Amino acid sequence: MRIAIASGKGGTGKTTLAVNLALYAAEEFPVLLMDLDVEEPNGGIFIKGSIHSKITAYRNIPHWEQEPCTLCGKCTTWCAYNALLKLGDTILVMPNLCHSCYACSELCPEHALPMQQESLGTIIHIKNGSLNFVESKLDIGLEQASPLISQSLEFANKNFKDIKLQILDSPPGTACAMVSAVKTADYVVLISEPTPFGLHDLKLAVETVRQLNLPFSVVINRDGIGNNDIYKYLEQEGIELLAKIPHSREIAEIYSRGEILYKKVPQLRAALDRILHKTKERT
Amino acid sequence: MKEIVIISGKGGTGKSSICSALAYILKEQSVIADCDVDAADLHLILQPQSSQTSEFVSGVKAVIDPDKCISCGICANVCRFSAISAGEKAYQVNLLDCEGCGYCYYVCPEGAISLPEQKVGACFISQSRLGNTLVHARLNIGAENSGKLVSKVKSLARQQTEMEHKDFLLVDGSPGIGCPVIASLSSANFVILVTEASKSGISDLKRVWELVKKFKIPGACIINKADINPDICKQISKYLKQEKILALQEIPYSDDFPKAIAMGRTLVEQNTTKWQPFFQQMWATIKETL
Amino acid sequence: MKIIFTSSGESWDSVIDPRFGRTDFILLYDEENDKLSSIDNRDIMNVAHGAGPKTAEKIFGLGADVLITGNGPGGNAASILAKMPLKIYVRAGGMTIRQAYEAYKNNQLVQGA
Repeated sequence: MRIAIASGKGGTGKTTLAVNLALYAAEEFPVLLMDLDVEEPNGGIFIKGSIHSKITAYRNIPHWEQEPCTLCGKCTTWCAYNALLKLGDTILVMPNLCHSCYACSELCPEHALPMQQESLGTIIHIKNGSLNFVESKLDIGLEQASPLISQSLEFANKNFKDIKLQILDSPPGTACAMVSAVKTADYVVLISEPTPFGLHDLKLAVETVRQLNLPFSVVINRDGIGNNDIYKYLEQEGIELLAKIPHSREIAEIYSRGEILYKKVPQLRAALDRILHKTKERT
Repeated sequence: MKEIVIISGKGGTGKSSICSALAYILKEQSVIADCDVDAADLHLILQPQSSQTSEFVSGVKAVIDPDKCISCGICANVCRFSAISAGEKAYQVNLLDCEGCGYCYYVCPEGAISLPEQKVGACFISQSRLGNTLVHARLNIGAENSGKLVSKVKSLARQQTEMEHKDFLLVDGSPGIGCPVIASLSSANFVILVTEASKSGISDLKRVWELVKKFKIPGACIINKADINPDICKQISKYLKQEKILALQEIPYSDDFPKAIAMGRTLVEQNTTKWQPFFQQMWATIKETL
Repeated sequence: MKIIFTSSGESWDSVIDPRFGRTDFILLYDEENDKLSSIDNRDIMNVAHGAGPKTAEKIFGLGADVLITGNGPGGNAASILAKMPLKIYVRAGGMTIRQAYEAYKNNQLVQGA
């Protein structure tokens, strides 16, 4: 069972929920938690454990070979991303713009652009009892999150296929990075807050998840901080509300210290129970 | 014209609330640009009346003409994104997976593939309820964010600022550390970083500052929810000094933030006695540095 | 010396475009011949990715010695410009081309990137 925790808006408690869900479930059985917010992974702040393995994720990008090149410049017209430039008598490859489509490399009549490996980011596996935490981090300056997210999920499929519960902490937003993370999930839990921003962005997230045809339900965090419009929306749309976690300064303080919340916040614990129960129903 | 860009690495730090508060203080002298195009929120506080809309096209997707397709499958073989599969009559492209690289277009022996430009969003020039102009945009779900839409919002906003003879362009920047943030920053005269006193806050502040440093733009920082964790607050202050980032006033945790948003108001309107002098003072400090 | 400016228009009175990659125009001033010419860069608006490098590619063959701009090129463009024997000066944002040129001559700009 693969559960993706997602939200339209950032800062609604996605990582908090994912981390707490993982630690709670890990009290009973082996769990995999993946932090797929590869631009700004934060889960590691809350998980302690020893580094089990660290791998560099690679992708293939073209490297220019001067010798066979006739400087015809066709490669620069094929590239949809402006990752190839012709500067005088040199062809320059821009690694951060390359999407690894292989077109230039395979179409070049002189085979002057062989594909070679380059670092994309890191995938770190940390073990903490029966919790396996995998954090993926994109190298700074690289613009596309999706390739690293996809590779991380492949890493999980290969190394953790025996782990029955897999929790994905997705990137915020509803652009292609979030879609890459969420689309392989069996179930999605959307978390938002009862404010106009929260409602607005939840609608976008709901639209996305519906387009991907994935079953989902909603957790509302910081209940009490705003108004009830979001609850009315959920009712109107027939979307299940799994739980409400109250807004409190105390909770904010515990979070700021990087501490685990469910041990001190009964409503959160109840929310986690409901998520686990709900997804167990589906297996 | 001076352009002030407000960013935060992490979501939920109060960036939009602070931006709209400054928008209120400067309502007669500014144009506002909302560059957070993937989940834009500023319009919820500024309630714009839309005046001009322009469609935004970016990127292409491959489309196979079933009448020309001979099902040779060469396109599916070359596609690195597994976006092409065999259908009943012809091969077809899964638009959600297609990355628009065009490789299939170049190899199709029948010329059955075209690469139409995609409408992925829209750009709006509106009047905010405060009276100043708001330039904002919306990116469709699943679309690839890049510098392009943000740049368009910025260009339009700069043009408006010039046309209206306003002194300041306030930009609510994109979150994260990717291309949209870079595009948010590209013509800035000044950057305001909004962070929060938590472990995630300081961690994301450092990551985003590494990015900002590449441009030589002077910066200042606001620590929001500062009293939630005085230790981390101190750590952040130390970091700011070390990096020569101007430390603006700290903001203690306040319910006014969510309350104001819930009511569709700026902070200054929500609690004028508290926030008007606060932001006026903050603006005076910023203005001095500009 | 040949000097390049990122510009919002095509004349000496135009204002410097503070951006590099997405600048509207590229002006080239040949000091020897006292000639000002311009390249229209506005099609860059249609580019989603790699605007900086694309613009850098345009100026590659111009043989410029100096680039005067507002904030300086972003990372991608900067790495390409570094391959050219080009000195980059920033902080000319807000000035006209004429003022920026004077500022450069009077050592008032900041050498950057």
